[in-house]
Amino acid sequence: MSKKVVKRLEKEFKDKIVSKSDFRGDEEVTVAAKDWVTIATFLRDDEKTQMNHFTDITAVDYPEREVEGGKRFDVLLLCRSMELGHRIRLRTELGDGESLASLTSVWAGANWGEREVYDMFGITFDGHKDLRRILMYDEFEGWPLRKDYPIDRAQPLVEYRDVDDTLKLPPFGIEEGQPFGRIDWEERLAGRDEQVSPSIGLQLGQRRALSDSEIAEEQAAEIGEGKTDSAEGAES
Amino acid sequence: MEAPDEIFEDEDEALEIPADPMRLNMGPSHPAMHGTIRMVLDLDGETVMNVDVQPGYLHRGFEKSCERGTWAQVFPYADRLNYVSPMLNNVGFALAVEKLLDIDVPERAQYYRVILGELARICDHFTCNGASAMELGAFTPFLWLLKVRDWIWDILERETGARMTHSFGRIGGMAAPPTDGFADDVRAIIPEVQKVVEEAEGLLKKNRIFYDRMEGIGILPKERALALGVTGPVLRSTGVPYDVRKDHPYMVYDRFDFEVPVGEDGDNWDRFSVRMEEIRQSIRIIEQALEQMPTDGPVSVQDPRIMLPEKREVYTTIEATIAHFKLVMEGLKCPKGAVYSFTEGGNGELGFYLVSDGSGTPYRVRVRPPCWYNLQAVREMLIGDMIADIIPTFGSINMIGGECDR
Repeated sequence: MSKKVVKRLEKEFKDKIVSKSDFRGDEEVTVAAKDWVTIATFLRDDEKTQMNHFTDITAVDYPEREVEGGKRFDVLLLCRSMELGHRIRLRTELGDGESLASLTSVWAGANWGEREVYDMFGITFDGHKDLRRILMYDEFEGWPLRKDYPIDRAQPLVEYRDVDDTLKLPPFGIEEGQPFGRIDWEERLAGRDEQVSPSIGLQLGQRRALSDSEIAEEQAAEIGEGKTDSAEGAES
Repeated sequence: MEAPDEIFEDEDEALEIPADPMRLNMGPSHPAMHGTIRMVLDLDGETVMNVDVQPGYLHRGFEKSCERGTWAQVFPYADRLNYVSPMLNNVGFALAVEKLLDIDVPERAQYYRVILGELARICDHFTCNGASAMELGAFTPFLWLLKVRDWIWDILERETGARMTHSFGRIGGMAAPPTDGFADDVRAIIPEVQKVVEEAEGLLKKNRIFYDRMEGIGILPKERALALGVTGPVLRSTGVPYDVRKDHPYMVYDRFDFEVPVGEDGDNWDRFSVRMEEIRQSIRIIEQALEQMPTDGPVSVQDPRIMLPEKREVYTTIEATIAHFKLVMEGLKCPKGAVYSFTEGGNGELGFYLVSDGSGTPYRVRVRPPCWYNLQAVREMLIGDMIADIIPTFGSINMIGGECDR
């Protein structure tokens, strides 16, 4: 962390800095949410700061502040300069439902960091091209790191997904099964079946491999036919 | 003679092969994905055109769980972040809380932490390089290297009582002073470890198959690595000499003479070589730390508000009983505020952002896992390479699921 960066920021953005602190030697500068990207870009590009190393982005939830009329979330950015070796922590306050401009255009590394903040706190980032849940699954309900999310909340069971463009997204459909276990050996030994999976076999116009229950039915039918045959023989 | 044009047109059309990228799902149950990462690949033939890396399969809610116990109860969780080098995580968290409390631990504890931490780092790098080789079919080097891990675990077991998840760090020091034979035990394995490093390099560095699959594969340019937040051996392999131990020395790292190895291209081979060289540097640090370490003195701060009193006193004096009760039931009270403390973990900058509201329970514990941002860079490493290159590339970043997904 470095005091020089704070001085530089104060000189450049005199009226945009809301507050600053240096608790335990960690320089922290608070800015308004609307200046978030401007100041981050400045930190990256300025000769005297050169913050080219993205370190982390995270958030903290203070629900009690909302009751007092303040804003609920703190969003924090940590970055570092590789050449000059100094660091800074940038902080902004954000209300519930408000969104923050994305830093992905400043540092590519903000991509996963912002996705995680979105996943855990439900904070959205404008201009982020790929804002989906990253640690949780799409069907997860709620924002787990908010203080009002109880740690022992049960989540609903997830249905099988219907995906249009591809069949290969887990959880797999019920019919997926294990294709390599359904080879029709009778057909293969007769030299007619070269399929590696039932679906390809069907595409090639081959007979569908039978499921266990269908085989059992066929066998039962065969036994039945045999009986009738022998019965006919006895009659004649 | 009007035909040629038409013929050429037809040929052009014939050459246009309908080439929709094939979508392939890799993991999470693929053994090379450590069982915790899923990659959705768009392939053109065998070339990776695009990849969506999806972590989260090992998410256990570490940060949420920390918010309901005391500060000291985070240590077992911290162990399970990076289970390949748990001691580094233990010490990293202890340092973060100590920064919040603004205390310094005794010198002997600092040296003790350095030695145990560097032993854990050797374990980590050996495991990564050994597993990389095994995933490429070379099983012997894997066993050769894991042999060392067992020696180190023997020492750690003697010191801490557990082979893997030690929970040995304490806020304000370590749980117990070094055992009597600690320095001798460590000195005894150092030449053996050095021998194994030589052997492993002999086995792998001149192996044609291994070399071909590592050299020039999974390249990450320097600028991209910085913008993506990559740290640790992966960043150093791109040529950036950034090591927290050197750039922001914590504990007693400024007293040791060691080098920060860097690579050139940021490919798998460089990552492998950087790790091998770092093992040698860790050995150097351990040797110097053993020399400089005080032989007696406390290994924790002598402050009853921070450390638990001795068991014997708890049973015999009322003051110690009350102090013990308060520390266990209410927890250590940290002053109100927020700090970010970072150390060099096995895979890079391991940061803890701690927020305290003045009570005995952490208000927020954020871990900046090095694996998280290293894994993010995998996408750029893989695009343009072949599908078979995914395995060595993914292996060489040493993704630890527990730390990445938390």
